[in-house]
Amino acid sequence: MNIPLNPKLFDTDVEQAPIRAGFGEGLVLAGRADERVVAMCCDLTESTKMDAFAKEFPKRFFEMGIMEQSSASVASGMAAMGKVPFVSSYAMFSPGRNWEQIRTNICYNDRPVKIAGSHAGVSVGPDGGTHQAIEDIALVRVMPRMVVITPCDSVEARKATIAMAKTNSPTYIRLAREKTPIITAEDTPFEIGKAQEFFRSSLAPKVGIIACGSLVYNALIAAKELEGEVVGAVVLNIGTVKPIDRGAIVKLAKECGAIVTVEEHQVAGGMGSAVAEVLAMEHPTKIVFVGVQDQFGQSGKPEELVKHYGMDKDSIKKAVKKLL
Amino acid sequence: MTHLHDDKIKFLEEKALEIRKSIIESLVEAKSGHTAGPLGMADIFTAFYFHILKHDPKNPEWEDRDRLVLSNGHICPVMYAAMAHAGYFPVKELKTLRKFGTRLQGHPHREYLPMLETSSGPLGQGLSQAVGMALADRLDRGQSSNRTIYSFLGDGELNEGQIWEAAMLAGREKLHNLVAVVDRNNIQIDGFTENVMPLEPLADKWAAFGWHVLEIDGHNMSAIVDAIDEAKAIFEKPSVIIAHTIPGKGVEMFQRDFKWHGNPPDKEQGANAMAELRTLGGQIESEHE
Repeated sequence: MNIPLNPKLFDTDVEQAPIRAGFGEGLVLAGRADERVVAMCCDLTESTKMDAFAKEFPKRFFEMGIMEQSSASVASGMAAMGKVPFVSSYAMFSPGRNWEQIRTNICYNDRPVKIAGSHAGVSVGPDGGTHQAIEDIALVRVMPRMVVITPCDSVEARKATIAMAKTNSPTYIRLAREKTPIITAEDTPFEIGKAQEFFRSSLAPKVGIIACGSLVYNALIAAKELEGEVVGAVVLNIGTVKPIDRGAIVKLAKECGAIVTVEEHQVAGGMGSAVAEVLAMEHPTKIVFVGVQDQFGQSGKPEELVKHYGMDKDSIKKAVKKLL
Repeated sequence: MTHLHDDKIKFLEEKALEIRKSIIESLVEAKSGHTAGPLGMADIFTAFYFHILKHDPKNPEWEDRDRLVLSNGHICPVMYAAMAHAGYFPVKELKTLRKFGTRLQGHPHREYLPMLETSSGPLGQGLSQAVGMALADRLDRGQSSNRTIYSFLGDGELNEGQIWEAAMLAGREKLHNLVAVVDRNNIQIDGFTENVMPLEPLADKWAAFGWHVLEIDGHNMSAIVDAIDEAKAIFEKPSVIIAHTIPGKGVEMFQRDFKWHGNPPDKEQGANAMAELRTLGGQIESEHE
């Protein structure tokens, strides 16, 4: 494994930043690089971190008010005129509320609109279950043409935002609200569609852990601790859920013989399901799915909720041990 | 305002008649599809494709063209017929409507027919896309843009909340480069609009959202052209033209009956309709003048 990561990754004082902050930085950089980039937000400009873009490019920023459905369609119209529109809201409402507008006006129409769904996962915390999008990956990945990106930290989110602005594909990027540890470094490469090995135990690997988004850190800590308990594991970061890196998944399954998937999402339909679809066809492998088990979220502190719904490092370790 | 010469009106009315015949022929062949809406909008589509729109059928990607976003995609047989007669593709292709492998999908799809400005069918979404186009047009070309963005809407689809989201946004943005045309034919699938979900006072609603509102007889060529001239002369706000139309216009059997919203004529009904249209050749005149 040669991928450079944050050298302080396993330190207790590892830097932290919200994934959404990286999106905000990336959007400004994409806007500077390409004047076709425009942005629109549904009355959540600061929350979704579009505020810096709005300030630097006031003419290219559109306050849409609380109209997620129209925003997806307006963005499609702008793309038809040659713009590269980014639309942001909470993931619960975009793609939650405007799914059919995204399907028909953006994907069916083949318009390169970029949807940023912020505050995904139960880690939104105190706002409660109404605002915790844990179905969004499932909603977007079933749409033909849609690219689905799930950055694991703010640095990767920044690179992903810049990368998605350069493609002609409809794209969804999943963002989280809370500060989470910085895993990657400035020189960690990012490429849409590529999974990356972030950790390899010095022991022979018995289980491959495939993680995405905000829970990649928990997966890494779990794998590190498992090494101390004489269990070898490899952690693969799935930065892009669609198109998924089939080669990397199959290779890992062949090497380890057992897989644990980890995502802050319903286990039905999400990244784990996408991994299972690949392995069922190409290399049937036993999988344990870490994620929300067909339940809704509730109010609480992010770490309380992640633990309650079985997605903390101990739950991941338990899932790994089930497969030994 | 430049009024239409009588010979131009006659030309447009004869074109509309040809387009109505093509609609009937394509629906009979397709054995499914919508009859009332396409016939009711035939005069407006004719006025657009043969007089109003700035477009070039031989160069559909021309950047300076006006944009026409059809929101209620189910009336596409009239759009296909108008486009074919205008020279976008052969008229005989209309007989492939709704068949496997056709470019003329049951609801319009720009992947197969790229000269369409958008794919449509799911109701209530066209106006928002037109607003996006109008915003982009203003961003690129400012107040001096010579392109107009049109959106055709059905009255039934005004039930959709998204229409009023778009209306609110266009009003705030004072998008004078945007003109909506509402096909006010008073029917939707389950019955008359005012029974299913009342829309009146419709003009007041649009005005309250910041739009310049015009109401016309949607079968009167001069009225259609004059209304567009007026809408383009308004520089402070977007315009909406509420076009009163008769669903099924041109064929007595189809007129004003909501059961023809979503059904095609069979072979015999189609033959009768063609005979009726032929005898009316060049005689279609406004009911209101």
